[in-house]
Amino acid sequence: MNGAAQTGQAALETRALCKSFGALTVANDIDFRLARGARHALIGPNGAGKTSFVNLVTGAIEPSSGHILLGGAEVTHLSQAQRVRRGLARTFQINQLFRGLTVLENVTLAVGERHGVAGTLFRPAGARRPIIEEAYALLEQLGIAEEALRPVREVAYGRQRLVEIAVALGLKPNVLFLDEPAAGVPSGESGTIIEVIERLPAELALLIIEHDMDLVFRLARRITVLVQGTVLIEGTPQEIAADPRVREVYLGERAHS
Amino acid sequence: MKEPRVSVIDAFARRHRLRAVEFLPWVLAVGAFFVFPDYLALGAQVLATILFGLSADLVLGYAGIVTLGHAAFYGMGAYTAGYLAAHGVGDPLVGLLAAAAMGAVVGALSGFVILRTQGLSILMLTLVVCVMLQEAANKMTSVTGGADGLQGMQVGPVLGLFRFDIYGRTAYWYCLVVLFIGWAAARMIVHSPFGRSLTGIRENVTRMHAIGSPVFLRTLTIYTISAAMAGVAGALIAETTQLVALNVLSVDLSGTILVMIILGGVGRLYGAFVGVPLYMIAQDRFSEIDPVYWYFWIGLLLVLVVSFARGGVLGIADALMRRIARRR
Repeated sequence: MNGAAQTGQAALETRALCKSFGALTVANDIDFRLARGARHALIGPNGAGKTSFVNLVTGAIEPSSGHILLGGAEVTHLSQAQRVRRGLARTFQINQLFRGLTVLENVTLAVGERHGVAGTLFRPAGARRPIIEEAYALLEQLGIAEEALRPVREVAYGRQRLVEIAVALGLKPNVLFLDEPAAGVPSGESGTIIEVIERLPAELALLIIEHDMDLVFRLARRITVLVQGTVLIEGTPQEIAADPRVREVYLGERAHS
Repeated sequence: MKEPRVSVIDAFARRHRLRAVEFLPWVLAVGAFFVFPDYLALGAQVLATILFGLSADLVLGYAGIVTLGHAAFYGMGAYTAGYLAAHGVGDPLVGLLAAAAMGAVVGALSGFVILRTQGLSILMLTLVVCVMLQEAANKMTSVTGGADGLQGMQVGPVLGLFRFDIYGRTAYWYCLVVLFIGWAAARMIVHSPFGRSLTGIRENVTRMHAIGSPVFLRTLTIYTISAAMAGVAGALIAETTQLVALNVLSVDLSGTILVMIILGGVGRLYGAFVGVPLYMIAQDRFSEIDPVYWYFWIGLLLVLVVSFARGGVLGIADALMRRIARRR
C-alpha cells in the first residue's frame, strides 16, 4: 500500500469516502489527508457537501462506504464519543453552546468529559478544582476570562464564537474542525477570532470550513475545494486562486453575485 | 485582595455549597408536625408526593426528558409494597427497598427502548408504557385486585418499633425521613459532575455528543435512578394509606405531578417542595369554594405560571431576590 508511510504522519485521512441519501450524493469518493499541524481549509459553494463531510468524519452520520482514519487508526465505525476521545473535536457554524450555563461551565463540561470525571456522582462538581482551573486557563488564553461567570446567552455574539472554540479546545484535540469560525460575527470583530486561531498550538491539525475568502487566505496553507460532494482540486492558496475551474465554480460565482 | 482568577474559580466552586435557605423546608416540615397535629395523615401524603415530584424533576428538569408516564414507576412501587404487605411481608422498609428495585428495573428496561428516541416520540412512549402497565394491572386481578384495588395489606411497625397510628404521626415522620434521604441523594446527584452533564444534555444535546459525552448512558442512568425514587414514593403512599388502586398507574397522575413541579419551578430541586404543597392546598381550598369547577382554577393557575413565570413560584422568588439585591 503506497499510503503506509504517509498514513503514519496523517492526523486524519479519508479513503474513498462516500455518502448518499437516496439519489442525492453528498460525498463522492473523497480521498482526503490532513497532515499533523496542518492549517487546511475546506471550501466550496453552498451545497457542496462541506457540512456533510464534517458530519461523516466526526461520526454524526454513517458513511455509505469508504474509510476514516484518525492518527492512522481506523475509526469508520466508532461512535462520535469514541472519536472525540481519540482527539477529534469540532466547532459549529451556528453556536451549539449550553446557553443557560456560564461560560466557565461550558468549558468545564468539556474538560470534565476529557478527564473522565463527567460521569461521577459522589463529589460535587465544584470540588474538582483542577478541572475548573484548566477550563479557566483556556478562557484566559482566548481572552474571555472576564466573561467566566456570565451565562452564555448574555454574552455578545462575537465572544460566544470564542466560547465555541474554547469548548472544543477543552477536549485537547489533535484534530480540530472549525466550521465557519467567524460566521455571523461583525467584520470588525472577526480579527480577534483570526488572531485566536493563529495562536493555536502548532502541532494541532486544523481544518477550517469556510466561506470567507479573506479568512481562508490568511489562515490556510493548503486548500481543498469541494464541489457536489467531490474534491475538485487541492493545493496551496496560490494554486487555488490561480485555478480557472475554481474561479469558475466558486470565486467566479462570488464575483458575479 | 485575591487575584481575579482565584476569586472567579472560588465563586464557581462555591455554587454547590449548602445554603441556609435549603434548611427551610425541613424546619417547616418539622414545625408543621407540631402546629397541625390534625393534618398529619394529609401531611404524610404531601411528603411522599414531594418525593415523587423530586424524582420527576430529576428527569424533566435536569435531563430535559419530557415524560408523561412517570406514574408507571410510582404505581409499580406502590403495587410492589402493597403486594408484599398483603402476602406476609409487612416490614415497611423491606417494602421500600423492593419498590425501589422494581422501579429501577422497570425504568431501566423501558428507558433502554424509550431513550433512544427524541422529543415527541419520548413523550408518546412514556405515556404508552404507563397505559400498558395500568391495563396489565387491571387485567391481573389475582395479583393487583384489579379495579377493586389491592385488599388486605398488613403493614408492620417501622424498624419493628413504630406502629402506624390513626393520627398519622408515625406515617408523617416515616415519610419525612425517607424524603430527606431522597432529597440528600438528589442533591448530591444534581451537583455532581454527572448531574451537571445532565444539565448539559438538557441545554444542548448536540454539543454533548460533540464533546464526547455518552449521552444515552447518562440519560438511562438518571432515568433508572429517578424511577427507583418514584417507586419508593409510591411505596410510601401504599404503606401509609394501606391502599393501592389502579389510579397509581394513571396517565392522569403522571400529568398531575408535572403540573405540580411546573407550578413550583422545574430544574431547581426545590420545585416539588413548593409545587406539591401548593397544588394540594389549592386543590383542597378550591374544591371547597367551588366543588364542581375546582380544577378550572388549578388550570388557570397553571396557565398564568406558564405564560408569565416560566420558572414557577421559585422563579418568581428568584427574580424578586435579584431585584432587592440590585436596589441595595
